[in-house]
Formats: sequence, C-alpha cells, structure tokens
Amino acid sequence: MAINWFKYSAPSSFYGLAGKLIPLFAWPAAMLFCTGMYLGFFVAPTDAVQSEAYRIIFIHVPASILSMFIYLIMAGYAALGLIFNTRLSSMMATALAPTGALFAFVSLWTGALWGKPMWGAWWVWDARLTSELILLFLYLGFISLQASIEDPRRADRAGALLAIVGSVNVPIIYFSVRWWNTLHQGSSVKLSGTSMHIAMQQAMFTMLLAMWLYSIAISLLRVRSIILERERNTQWVSELAEVKQ
Amino acid sequence: MNWLEFFAMKGYALYVWGSYGISLLVFIVEIILVRHRRKITLQQLRLMRDAGTIS
Repeated sequence: MAINWFKYSAPSSFYGLAGKLIPLFAWPAAMLFCTGMYLGFFVAPTDAVQSEAYRIIFIHVPASILSMFIYLIMAGYAALGLIFNTRLSSMMATALAPTGALFAFVSLWTGALWGKPMWGAWWVWDARLTSELILLFLYLGFISLQASIEDPRRADRAGALLAIVGSVNVPIIYFSVRWWNTLHQGSSVKLSGTSMHIAMQQAMFTMLLAMWLYSIAISLLRVRSIILERERNTQWVSELAEVKQ
Repeated sequence: MNWLEFFAMKGYALYVWGSYGISLLVFIVEIILVRHRRKITLQQLRLMRDAGTIS
C-alpha cells in the first residue's frame, strides 16, 4: 500500500487532519483525568509519612515530566524546521511552547505548595528547583523571542536556536537529584522496582496519560490557528468552509 | 469518611486544594484562550476577505 507520508507535512492537509484528531485526544484525556482524580483521592491510601499532603504528587509529577518532555519535542520540531526548512515543524514548535510553559508553571506551583508543609519552605535554591525554573524561563524566552520578530520564518530560525541550545537543561533537571545533594527526593518509580503503593502508581500514570493526551489536543487546536494566520494569503484558506460562511 | 473530613485533608487542605485548584484553573484558562484565538483568527480571515485583501 502506497502511503504518501509527506502529504501531511503540508500545512493545508495537516490542518484538516488535526481537526479530525483533536476529539480523539480530547475526550480520552477528559475521561482519564476524571478517572485519575477518582483513583488519586478515593482509591489511593493515605501515606504513612506525608499523610494527605502527598496527594499533590498526582499533579506535580505528571506536570513536571511533561514540562521536560514537551520541551524536547518542541526543540525537535524546531530543529527539523531549521534543518529541512519545513514550515509545519516550526509551527508545531510554536504551538507547543505555551503548553510546555504552563506545565512548568504547574510543576513549580504545586512543588511550592508541597515544599511548604514537608520542608518548611515554599522555595529553596536547590538544583532541581532552580533548573526547573530555568526551564520555565527558556519557554518564556522562546515565546517572547518569536513574538518580537516580525518575519515568521526568521522568528522560526531564531527560536529554533534558542530551543536547541536550551535543551541541554532537560537532562540537568532529570539528573539533578543524582548529581547534586538536593532537598528534592529522587524518583520513587524506577525500572528496578518501586517504593510506591500500586494504587498510587495507577493514579499517577493515569494522570500522566491524561495530561499527555491533553497536551496533544490543545497543541493541535493551537497549531490550527497558527496555520491559518500564516497561510492567510493562500487559496486553500479562502476556500475553507469555516472562512467562506 | 464524611465530606468535611475529606475536604480538610488532615490539615493539608490549603496545600492540596491550592495545588489542584490552580492547576485546574490553568488548564481551563488555556482551553478558553486557545478556542478564543481560533474564533478571532477566523473572524479576521472573513474581514480580510470582505475587504478584498484576499481572493
């Protein structure tokens, strides 16, 4: 079967595909989010050490993982756009940045609310926390750099360089708890086994999956607007049913 | 377990609900903004078409 894999690298065909894909990601995301909340609050038991405060984990850990993961995907798309000069990859990078920034913010916010009762401080200049804060600044830098350049293709290239150079920060965040003495605990779930109760793990992974699907859905919705804005002078945009009416 | 006890979170209510409340708010605001952007973009395209800037 001959499939033209490059068909959807054209913004005009991807626009339609993205529109069809959004509900396929959005609805499972909403259902998994409700399931994850139920598991997290009603099935997962109270923690022996941290009592009920530990329940912040179900939002803190998935948000932190995604803030790093989305950055790498964003940098990957930006690099593709830079190397192959593909417009759509650069648009995807632009669409992912705000969602990644929000996850970085949620990670820091929930971390502060968890740190206060457990460590006695909202914030410490610790390796893990500081590198996550830098991640938020990298996202904000990427967004404002692109916004400050008038020509979209030049904005793509400048943003791509920032995104690629900044990706060195992601392994720093990930390994910070091992490389330095830090207040932040290491990961509870490892390949060799876990110290977490099974119901706590299920709640956490359900929330991770929900937020992952949410990120895909919201980025596709955002990239559709970006495509329309950048392709506004083309024939296919003027022929769209939603524009014609 | 009664609901008052549930919402009290054994004294950690501020931290737990503060985390979940703001996170939920962030997601809801993001959804509203992204949908609003689509509406505005489509409106602008129609305006441009009516003004004859695009065919």
